[in-house]
Amino acid sequence: MAIAETIDAAPAQRSGYWAGVASRLRRDPVTMICLAVLALLILSAIFAPFLGLQDPYKGSMIARLKPIGTPGHPLGTDEQGRDMLARLIYGGRLTLFIGLMPVVLAFFVGSILGIVAGYAGGMVNTVIMRTVDVFFAFPSVLLAIAISGALGAGIVNSLVSLTIVFIPPLTRVAEAVTSGVRSLDYIDAARASGASALTVIRVHVIGNVLSPIFVYATSLTSVCMILAAGLSFLGIGVRPPEPEWGLMLNTLRSAIYVNPWLSALPGLMIFITSLCLNLVSDGVRSAMNVHD
Amino acid sequence: MSMTDTLHDTAAQTAEGLPDKGGPAQPLLIVKDMQKYFPVRGGIFGRTQAMVQAVDGVSFEVKKGETLGIVGESGCGKSTTARLLIGLTEKDSGEIIFDGQGVGDSLNLRDLRRGVQMVFQDSYASLNPRLTIEESIAFGARVQGLSDPIGRAHSLMERVGLAPERFAQRYPHEVSGGQRQRINIARALAMSPRLVVLDEAVSALDKSVEAQVLNLLADLREEFGLTYIFISHDLNVVRYISDRILVMYLGEVVEVGPVVSIWEDQAHPYTRSLFSAMPSMDPENRTKTPPLTGDPPNPINPPSGCRFHTRCRFVDTVCKEKAPALRELPGRGGHCAACHLHDPDSGHDKAGREDIW
Amino acid sequence: MLSYFLRRLILVLPVAFGVSIICFLLVQIAPGDPLTAIMPVDATAEEQAAMRAAYGLDKPLPVQYAIWIGNLVQGDMGRSIATGRPVAGEVFGAVQNSLVLAISASLIAFPIGVFLGFLAGYFRDTLLDRAVTAISITGVSVPNYWLGIVLVIIFSVQLGWLPSMGAGPGGSQEWEWNWLHIRHLVLPAITLAVVPIGIVARTVRALSGDILTMDFVQALYAKGMSRFDVLCHVARNAAATALSVMGLQLGYLLGGSILIETVFNWPGSGFLLSNAIFQRDLPLLQGTILVLALFFVAMNLIVDVAQAAIDPRIKRN
Repeated sequence: MAIAETIDAAPAQRSGYWAGVASRLRRDPVTMICLAVLALLILSAIFAPFLGLQDPYKGSMIARLKPIGTPGHPLGTDEQGRDMLARLIYGGRLTLFIGLMPVVLAFFVGSILGIVAGYAGGMVNTVIMRTVDVFFAFPSVLLAIAISGALGAGIVNSLVSLTIVFIPPLTRVAEAVTSGVRSLDYIDAARASGASALTVIRVHVIGNVLSPIFVYATSLTSVCMILAAGLSFLGIGVRPPEPEWGLMLNTLRSAIYVNPWLSALPGLMIFITSLCLNLVSDGVRSAMNVHD
Repeated sequence: MSMTDTLHDTAAQTAEGLPDKGGPAQPLLIVKDMQKYFPVRGGIFGRTQAMVQAVDGVSFEVKKGETLGIVGESGCGKSTTARLLIGLTEKDSGEIIFDGQGVGDSLNLRDLRRGVQMVFQDSYASLNPRLTIEESIAFGARVQGLSDPIGRAHSLMERVGLAPERFAQRYPHEVSGGQRQRINIARALAMSPRLVVLDEAVSALDKSVEAQVLNLLADLREEFGLTYIFISHDLNVVRYISDRILVMYLGEVVEVGPVVSIWEDQAHPYTRSLFSAMPSMDPENRTKTPPLTGDPPNPINPPSGCRFHTRCRFVDTVCKEKAPALRELPGRGGHCAACHLHDPDSGHDKAGREDIW
Repeated sequence: MLSYFLRRLILVLPVAFGVSIICFLLVQIAPGDPLTAIMPVDATAEEQAAMRAAYGLDKPLPVQYAIWIGNLVQGDMGRSIATGRPVAGEVFGAVQNSLVLAISASLIAFPIGVFLGFLAGYFRDTLLDRAVTAISITGVSVPNYWLGIVLVIIFSVQLGWLPSMGAGPGGSQEWEWNWLHIRHLVLPAITLAVVPIGIVARTVRALSGDILTMDFVQALYAKGMSRFDVLCHVARNAAATALSVMGLQLGYLLGGSILIETVFNWPGSGFLLSNAIFQRDLPLLQGTILVLALFFVAMNLIVDVAQAAIDPRIKRN
């Protein structure tokens, strides 16, 4: 019997794929720092009411546009005399939510559409992918502004328009990855064992396509963040008086001649967040060995 | 695991497999006039512009317990034939009769898949990289609702020479190519099939590993009472494992017959050139003239008449006009060839002559 | 070449058709009755019905679409609700100003991006490479509307070197090529150039890095070719992809300059768009978006054809 060949087996590596990803991430200082910054931003936004901050909605006519470093207002006050530190931290709530949620939603919808299109092929693929092509005819900024502009301002409208913006690119990536996997023999082998399309997708497709789609989705979060705050900056996102970084940047613009650096603060927050998101996305990409 | 255990498992598995319906005389598989054309889309609106005639009117039989080797150049339709047999590609027309039951009439696709399994060439691509080996093997049995899929997987792993306690939890990238192909064989057997289609199953392996896997296949055939269709471009391998050989050219069967008969005397000029292309171990026996010139013609527009006439040394007018039918050669034990040379009434000027070869 | 162009042109038509449907639907998803913006508050039901009929709003949607598209191909995009002027004229005037801005930004961004990217790709894994990578990540991460404000703070508010608003002196709406106007162009053009610098640098870095490690480059060196000649070979291989990225960026800049135009009060299409949104001037919104999207589609077509002209592999798809 031909059992001899099995003897030379390499020592078994039982550590799973995700453990490897995690250990590679831990050895990447840039990604770890950015993750820490993002965690700090998210946690302070969530727990803002417990941080002993001033009321972010309560203004004061006499304490308007105080500069950075004013006693009692470490980051100064805005055009209505509201405490900037409190508004920046509370502002993280809506900004991060509207900046990240659309990518999460689009990740689900786009993955489903793309996997169905890639697995089914034929007419289903043509209908889904040609529709997606049409949306690619709009630069993302234009599409977001067009839909939000038509729907009007509001949190839900922003979520809807940004989700629509990010579904097409995610669908396209999901479709490409899925049709690549679809052509591999193990899918044929699974089909040949009599499994239904749904079972084949569940057991054999999803596990192999999700990580590239996920990595691509993380690379969209930074753009989404900038766009979401941009909609509020234009006045078609979050409505005043809610604290939101884009909206704060908009209302403080008129103050650039009075207290210039104060008005740049909300934008700095957007910049830091989007930079960290981009760097984390790059780190995750290389830790997961996904190539474009 | 002792030998008695193995035999016990074997008995249990055949009990769950499809029962033998037609008796020993009924061929396990009969293929009649099977045809598959693939559309070639192109142009501005993506319309079908032409058809690739991948498999064009192929007929053959596979007896119970035998191994049929299918050979031919790449692109001749070997793999498409395999995919049609197990229902991965839908046939355009023709009949597939499995143990007396017509596929699509009295036998549905799901049951066919219990009876027919396949092993692919690329051992890595045919295993899901995210599943452990035991999960990959157990998947089919699970889908078919067979009892104890994991136990079944373990006993099969043992049988193909992979200790379950060491390999069951590994992932495909953690084992060697030969081991992966053993896993693929175990995976195919997990469904207790009666026919296994091996599509270039050993072609990608090292020669030493290839021999081991071939021996394993031969043992398994004996033990589980399997029937094989063995597709390969390597004539020596096919000779080693097969009882009969079927030669395909451009989607058609040009010759079929017992291994010994074909090895002694190839009846079709194409088969003959395939055999003369085999490297010989004897330095005196050099190949001096190129056995086959040119590439195979385009299967979108195959030549008229006999499809081989553009490359045939013996081409005559009749070859360009009339396609030869597969005819049995007298006194050769069921050896058939589709060539006008063997039909005295064909009108070929060299028909029936033995001195031309 | 011509046949490739025609084939691509025909492929563009269904996309353009889809774009027109989306633009048409934009008005339909807008909440509220489109008439309320133009009707007096005390209008009677009959007056409203008459107005509805006059605008064709009483017909079913497909008919409304057919009428709209029919007018469109004749160059009639309706009238602006706010100003009463034809939408087409307003949009094309604004698009011209946007083009001045987008092309200027491209002229700044592309040479810098190509240069940085090539340096990083050639000196891969050196300090220089890391510096360029840092620059390009910063470039694509910065919210450019905020960068515009920061530049205004530095160069207009603090240093007083450059104007912060408008396209010319005294709120000029017409672009002219003279120093007074160019002074207004500097800040918005630089602001707009930051993102494409990052993207182009990243692309060119990856491209030249990949190509430099290819076997044929080794073969060229082995043949005794000079370093410069080898670089020319590499550049030609990278040109097609780099060009397509830059072409698309130009399209993005035109459509994506809305936020920058708002920051600098630049009288372009983005400025027009934000006015249309706040005055709920839906025909103007629709027209502007349609023109910008079709420009982007045309840009894609040009890029594809130009790419095929450079790289013979593409034509044979």
